[in-house]
Parts: sequence; C-alpha cells; structure tokens
Amino acid sequence: MSDFIHSGWGLFVAVATVVSLVACLALLIIAARRRVMANDNTTGHVWDEDLRELNNPLPRWWMWLFVITVVFSAIYLAFYPGLGTYAGTLKWTSVNQYEAEQERARAAMAPVYAQFAAMDAAALAKNEQAMGIGQRLFLNNCAQCHGSDGRGSRGFPDLTDRDWLGGDSHDYIKTVIAEGRTGVMPPLGAALGGSEDVRNMAHYVMSLSGSPHNSAWAQLAKPKWGVCAACHGPEGKGNQALGAPNLTDRIWLHGWGERAIAGVITNGINNVMPPQGKLLTAEQIHVLGGYVWSLSQGTAVAASGN
Amino acid sequence: MSSGEATASGPAAPGAVVPPPEDDARAQVVSLYQAQKKIYARAVSGWFAGWRWALVWATQLVFYGLPWLEWNARQAVLFDLGARRFYIFGLVLYPQDFIYLTALLIISAYALFLFTAVAGRLWCGYACPQTVYTEIFMWVERKLEGDRMQRIKLDQAPWGAAKLLRKGGKQAAWIAIGLWTGFTFVGYFTPIKSLAAAVPTLGFGPWEWFWILFYGFATYGNAGWMREQVCKYMCPYARFQSAMFDKDTLIISYDAERGEPRGTRGRKTDLKAARLGHCIDCELCVQVCPTGIDIRKGLQYECIGCAACIDVCNGVMDKMQYPRGLIRYDTQHGMQQHLGRAEVWRRVFRPRVLVYTGVLVLICGALLASLALRSPFRVDVVRDRGALARLVEDGWIENVYRLQVMNATEQPQRYRIVARGFAELPELRTDQRGTVDLAPAEARWVPVAVRVPPEAAERAGSGSHPVEFVVERLLADGTADRRVAEKSTFIVPR
Repeated sequence: MSDFIHSGWGLFVAVATVVSLVACLALLIIAARRRVMANDNTTGHVWDEDLRELNNPLPRWWMWLFVITVVFSAIYLAFYPGLGTYAGTLKWTSVNQYEAEQERARAAMAPVYAQFAAMDAAALAKNEQAMGIGQRLFLNNCAQCHGSDGRGSRGFPDLTDRDWLGGDSHDYIKTVIAEGRTGVMPPLGAALGGSEDVRNMAHYVMSLSGSPHNSAWAQLAKPKWGVCAACHGPEGKGNQALGAPNLTDRIWLHGWGERAIAGVITNGINNVMPPQGKLLTAEQIHVLGGYVWSLSQGTAVAASGN
Repeated sequence: MSSGEATASGPAAPGAVVPPPEDDARAQVVSLYQAQKKIYARAVSGWFAGWRWALVWATQLVFYGLPWLEWNARQAVLFDLGARRFYIFGLVLYPQDFIYLTALLIISAYALFLFTAVAGRLWCGYACPQTVYTEIFMWVERKLEGDRMQRIKLDQAPWGAAKLLRKGGKQAAWIAIGLWTGFTFVGYFTPIKSLAAAVPTLGFGPWEWFWILFYGFATYGNAGWMREQVCKYMCPYARFQSAMFDKDTLIISYDAERGEPRGTRGRKTDLKAARLGHCIDCELCVQVCPTGIDIRKGLQYECIGCAACIDVCNGVMDKMQYPRGLIRYDTQHGMQQHLGRAEVWRRVFRPRVLVYTGVLVLICGALLASLALRSPFRVDVVRDRGALARLVEDGWIENVYRLQVMNATEQPQRYRIVARGFAELPELRTDQRGTVDLAPAEARWVPVAVRVPPEAAERAGSGSHPVEFVVERLLADGTADRRVAEKSTFIVPR
C-alpha cells in the first residue's frame, strides 16, 4: 500500500488529468475536418457495393458545448480538489461542507432553542413546541433502544415509570444523555458462597417486592444480605447516588424470576448507555431532557399543560 | 494531419467543398460542423396562425397568471419543496402522492401519441413552449426590426445608432421577457407575493437567484437564438414522433400533382398552354418556414407542423384565384388515392387512434376517480425495530409501533387510533386513550403500544400475527366520518 501514498502518484494523476483534457481538445479539432474523396457530400467510401456515408454536419454550437465542458473542467480543477494532491483554491472538503451545513442549521434553529434555554423540565413539559421537538429527537435518537413509547425492554430502562436509577432531575438526565451511563454490578456469587446461596439470595430478593418466592430459602439468605446492602441499602430500596436499583418494586430491568436474578448475582451487570453528546447539541439535549422527564410524569402533566 | 493544414483558412460552410490541394486533385477537406444559418422567417397570418396565437394566449395566461391566483387565503398552486407539501387549489399533496404525477405524465404521453397519430406534430406546431416562446420573441423582433426583408437589410447594414437602438431594444425586451418567465417559474415554488416583495431589494435566496437566471436564460437563449436548432438537434420528441405517423396521419402536404410543374406566370396565363401547375414558385412557403425548409420536397424531419406555409400559400391561391389547399393537411393515402375529405376524416377513427383514445380515457378516468376517492389523511405503520416484543406487568405481551398520521386537509383535525386483532388475537389493548390533534397539513409520528393478555398470547402461540390499525377522523361531536386501516403484525415471543 505504501506505493500508493507516495507523492509521485499525486503528480501522476495531475499529469494524466491535464494530458487527457488537452488530448480531448486536440481530438475535437483534428476530427472536426476530414479529407473526402468525392464532391457529392459523401465521404467517398463505398461499402458492400452501395453503402455510402453522407456528411450530415452537426451544428457548430454543438462543438462549442464540448469546448465548454473542457473549460468547465479547467475552472473546476482550479477551485476544487482533483489535480492530484492539489487542494483547490476553495479548500473544499466534504467534511467542511458538512460542518458548514451543520453550522447553518444550528444558526437557523438557534432562535427556536433560545426560548427554551431558561425553562426547567416542568416548564418544557408544558410547552407544546418543545415537546414536539423533544419527541422527534427522541424518536430519531433514543427510540432504537428505549422504544418509541420510551418504555424500553429487558436491559433498556423504561423511562415512563418513576423508578429512576440515578435520579430524575433535569440536570442529571441531561448529563446522562450527553455523557452516557454505565450501570455496573460486580459478580457476587463467590462472595455469597456457592450456587445454592445464590439461589437463596434470589428468593430473598423476590421476597422484598412481595413476589412469589420460597420463604425458607429466602430466610437462609437473609444473614448474607450485607453483601448486597452495601449498594442496595439495608431495606433493598436502592441508592440513586450509586445507581443501585430499588429491589422492592415490581420493576425488573434485567428480568424477573429465580433464573434471571441468580444470573445477575453470579455474573454481575455491565449495562452501558453510549454518550450522545457528540450527536446532539447542548440545546437539543436540554429540550430532549425535558421530554424524557415528562415521560415519567404520566398524564398529570399533559392534562395540566392544556 | 496534413488535411488540416491544407485548408486552415476560415470556417467552411455546411459540407462546403474547399478547393482541393494541388498535390491531390481528388482529396478535399470538409468541416464536420456547420455554422448555424440564420433563418429570417416572414410574418404570416391566417387560420392556423390564429390558432397558434390562441394557444400562445391560453398557455401563457395560465403560466404567468396561475401563481397570482389566491385560494383559501394562500397561493392556489404552490409546490413547497422545503415542507414537502404540494398545494393545487383545494388539494394538499404529500410526496407519497407521487403516483398522481406519474399518471399526469402518462396522460401527457398518450395525449401526444394520440394527437400525433391523428394530425402529426400538432404539439410542436401550436403548443410546445419552444414554439410558443419563439412566437412571442419573433413578434418582439418584428416590432423592433421589421419583417423579413427589413431584418436582412438591418443585419447587412453597418453598425450605427439606429441599428444599435433596434438591436439593443430587441435584446432588452427579450431579456425582460426571459427574466419575467424565470421569475414566474420560481413563483410556483416560492410564494410569488413574497418573491415580488423581494424584487426592489433583489433579496432573493441563492437558489431563487439561480433558477430565475437559469430559467430566464434558457427562455431567452432557446426562443431568441436557438429556435429551430432546439427542434432539430436537441428535442427527443421531435425525432420519435415520426414513429407515430402512418399513411393515414394528417400531415402538412404539398399537392405536387396539382402544383407541378411550378413556374412564374401572369394572373391571366393559360395554364394548359403554358404547361404549368398551380405552384407559382413564389417561394413564400420557404420564407415563412421557421425551420427553413421547402415543404414542396415532401415530409421532412425538420417540419414542426406549424402550418405557416398553408396560411401563406392559401393567400397566394386566393390572389391567383386558384382553389385553396395547394399546401394542406392531408394524408399520404389521401394524396396517393385521391381520397375525399370525408374519407380522410373517416380514416382518423382507425384502430391505432381508438386504442390511444381508449387508454387516455381510461387513465384520465382512473386519475379523477382516485383523486375523488382520496382519503383526506394517510397513515403509515412502522413496527419498532429495537425490541420486537416485551413482557409487561402480569405477563401481558406488548409490541410498540409508530404511526405516522398525515393530515391532507387545510383544517386542524382530530383522530382516534384503534388497534384491531383478527381471529388469532381478538383482544388488543392500546395505550392510546386520548386522541391525536393535527394542525393543517401536518404529519406526525405517534408511538402506540399494543398489549395482549397472557392467555390470549398463549392461545395464539409464538410468532407473528396479523393486526391492523384503524385511524378514524373525528368530527366536532366525536363521531368518526372517515377511517383508514393499515396492516401490521403483532409478535408473541417464545
């Protein structure tokens, strides 16, 4: 490959381009006239006994169109990249065109977003235009994982319940959108003992939310709850500062039942939401954060907004 | 190339024969490109010229006037490319309605086939923009430079104040018409009133500038300078229309049997004694021809069927007191078999013409019926792709969809979305308790979650099951007046 990034190739391409252009013009001029062998407006050649070639000339402006394309090429090559490594006087690249268009779009949208800058989540939720923008941003950027209705699925948090893993403040939601979030739970199978201990703990966890469980096994695990309480709290109500979920509600992000819970305890969790800060502007994230917040407010907000 | 050197002097006339070089008496050099020969078409008046002017007025009143027409407090015909909404009087079309444009193009094509099969290049001769604008530009030219002979003289005259004034005035008028045409064209895409408001400050957007100038230049160049060159060298329709001709097609024909032998004569000359036909060889038919051909040589591909030669020849026949129609619309069969007018017209209703007419009527009917039955709103259903299905409280199974509801009216509307299962999944529940309100001509995505109870999912079994979404438009009193059903599938996981 190193052969092809040698500077000589740029020179080769440039020379080939210029020679081709000149050759096109030369060919056009040379081929515009021809020697004929007869004076009856034919070329004088006769094929297959009686086939003769008539000279039906094209209009001259047609030839000028061809010359114009060559002139256009020369002008183009002066302005835009094309002659080998020469960047052109406009210094155009597809990346800076893209960036310029982005900048234009941002400038065009700036006054729209400016009116939202001072609003908090509750105010945004009552603003129909902000919610319209927020929903479109959500459908285009978030719905792939969290679902079009924001209710997520296994492994992808439901944004419409009030069970917030890390908090429900507008600022926190905005931070998560911009920087992403990693939900980590270490594997604790060894800390609890063997697989039976893990099974027992799974039943204890189910008992916290009043789900059907084997209470004998749950009781056996109770003394070891300290391992889990460090993050999930003594009552299992979770800790938003650590991102530890509440285990006493009936919301099961990573699946319900002995098998699913035991699996999480044994293997731990490393759940990642990628950062969106590079895809969205701060103004967009501000409005989107308001929309995400509004999802969990049920119909109460929507009703009071109208 | 030695041939190039041998005749390096000046451009050769079309196929012009250049004196042979001395070393080879037989070898000659010709140019394969020919300079455009300027055609000084003579003014013509008469029945067919009247028809052409009528069509100039009809088409151009529509073209220049339509953007100024108001309808429901907006421009009646406006193609808003930015918002992807196309307003045609009461219609609001979405890009999804593209099929109507297809139908319109098919109708145009079949109409062209039909007219061409009946009477040759009627479109070219009377209604084509190239003809129409050339007619207008030639009128300007005549007003400022005079008719054929005066224009030839003016071109040969040395440059002076009078010539400069006439030529400059003509160019200025042409450019003004071109710009006005470009302005009007852009007015179909940008509201023409705001465009007109931008005229004093020239505050057009970059694309508006481009299209005003480009369209204006194309009009000016094609109608002022290129004229018959467009028909002869650029237009594809000109070439393929001959495929629609047959021997019963009415074409502009010179009655050689009656006209020949041609020759000059006095009005009182005894034709039999002088052995002359009716053609007095006045060359007027050649002088009025906008493509510069001699119709007496028969049907030629350059003939655009404008019938200027018929008009002028009829005038000559009147003066000579000969019957009209030495040049006339007639068919090849009519000429060869001496058919009467009635027989020629009877043959117009031949299978080819009837088939074209049938297809045309059919497509026009289908287009009109489709427009009349068109729903005032559209719905698209897209299943969520991230998660096919999910388990929610109490073992219910939920699928999520996005419905795009498109309001194709200019009033705000209220819609209700209902999901309907079939025999496999009779009970479906959606989370759409409320209704969806859309602004005029608005399109919006509405997420809808549909769930079924565990027993129903069990009974239906895992896999995908057909469901449909019914979207109803609600009247003010809450009753539904129109509904649209869109199919989708509901997935029950294993």
